[in-house]
Amino acid sequence: MPGSEPFDVAFEGVSKSFTAAGRSFAVLEDLSLEIRAGEFLSIVGASGCGKSTLLRMIAGLEVPDRGRVRLGSQPVSGPGRDRGIVFQEPRLFPWFTVEQNVAFALEGDPAHASRTEVQAQLELVGLTPFRGAYPHQLSGGMAQRVAIARALVSRPRILLLDEPFGALDALTRIQLQHEILRIQLAERTTMVLVTHDIDEAIFLGDRVAVMAKDPGRFQSITPVNLPRPRSRSSYEFVRIRKSIYAQFFAEEEEPFAFSI
Amino acid sequence: MLSSTDSTRWLPAFARRRTGPGTVALAPSAVDGLRRAAGAVWLPALVVALWQLLCALGVFPAVAMPSPVQVARAFGELIQTGALFRHVGVSLLRVLAGGGAAAVAGIGLGIAIGLSARLERTTDLILEVLRPIPPIAWIPMAILWFGIGELSKLYIIFLGAFFPILLNVVSGIRQTENRFVEVARVLEVSRGRFIRHVVVPGALPSIMSALRLGLGIAWICVVAAELIAASSGVGYLIMDARQLSQPDVVLAGMITIGVVGRAMDLLLRRLERRVVSWKVIYAGE
Repeated sequence: MPGSEPFDVAFEGVSKSFTAAGRSFAVLEDLSLEIRAGEFLSIVGASGCGKSTLLRMIAGLEVPDRGRVRLGSQPVSGPGRDRGIVFQEPRLFPWFTVEQNVAFALEGDPAHASRTEVQAQLELVGLTPFRGAYPHQLSGGMAQRVAIARALVSRPRILLLDEPFGALDALTRIQLQHEILRIQLAERTTMVLVTHDIDEAIFLGDRVAVMAKDPGRFQSITPVNLPRPRSRSSYEFVRIRKSIYAQFFAEEEEPFAFSI
Repeated sequence: MLSSTDSTRWLPAFARRRTGPGTVALAPSAVDGLRRAAGAVWLPALVVALWQLLCALGVFPAVAMPSPVQVARAFGELIQTGALFRHVGVSLLRVLAGGGAAAVAGIGLGIAIGLSARLERTTDLILEVLRPIPPIAWIPMAILWFGIGELSKLYIIFLGAFFPILLNVVSGIRQTENRFVEVARVLEVSRGRFIRHVVVPGALPSIMSALRLGLGIAWICVVAAELIAASSGVGYLIMDARQLSQPDVVLAGMITIGVVGRAMDLLLRRLERRVVSWKVIYAGE
């Protein structure tokens, strides 16, 4: 059930494989991790490392083959409104206005969207003037803001962000990162961000988990003990970025080094 | 697209010279509208002119092909006596009744089949075998069952419109995008809200084109039904004129069918644009 109390999320020995072209591929193998209540966890990894699958398991859209995903004391048994998710594309319903799209996350008829929760959420993402607009009239950044408002309006205990800014230009991306940060400080919602942008992961996360692929597993988890808002050019920020980059290059260049 | 600065290019030279700088010409939008109308009309006008010319030259025998002027005269008479409006009115009512019933049944059953794979399996064989049977082939049975009265005509119209509507609605429902299904699942939307706010609006463009297609076919079927056994309607008008050897009236009736069909489609297109205003429609280049 939705509620304002955040909870822990735990992966306990989770494995998952997919079948493609008649062959089975291990996407995640024996993965364990705990996400603390109220924490902002960033997960970075190359494409295909299973980071989105991880997120979709918390959302209840995928089921692990082995192991389990736990929310508080309960195993995940399907999707639920206690978990909000923002996908890479906004996925707004083109036949709803901005406010109807947000209201759709609440019970009742989205046509009566003048509810205070909806308006408050639109205010939070700065879209009040566009509440009557249709999705095709919005820019990519605005549409993604609506998607964030829709994910937050039912007050989920955890917000899952699946490369939410990946398709946006650099300026809009930075702007939305600041907004997410502001929302997290205001609402203290647990947030899990999946991204391939290392800067973004460090800028937002309390911890940055780096994933390796084939099969997907955690390679390292780096705590980011920096006050917010963080300066992307501070000494400590740059040091963490370097250490994470180094892990990627180690991972990527190893086979190359062997081949010489 | 021409830019607005050469919006007078289509005008003859003498007219163009007078719209120099400082003079008040037609507003660009009015000029554009005129040009677009001219672009749509010149070919039909040419065809009619050619037709008249060939008739005047005696290429067609007068009994087989009346000239446009004769057809226009037949039109004038049909309008003067009010016969045209009476027949068109009767046919339109039949289309509204038969096509309306087909729309209700086709949309209802289409949504149900679209949502349920089991219902699709159950009904598939019957529907797929009945579908290729042309409505005209049903006429003998329709007359046996319903007599030659109004009901048999409505039945033919219903059959003609029902299948295209049904098929388009089912395929519209089945095109519901998985990304929207996932959003609905994550938001724990009830089945009723899912159908009402996700599936049906998503299928609405298909439903609207289903209606346009269905009513177009209903209009074709009404004429076919009236050719067989009727004492009123546009189909009857044509059949009656044939028996009286009035090819000009036959042609007037045929043209009426075309014009009314076109008008119905335009009306539905306008309705469609209003209903699915959220969709950005590709209008061609």
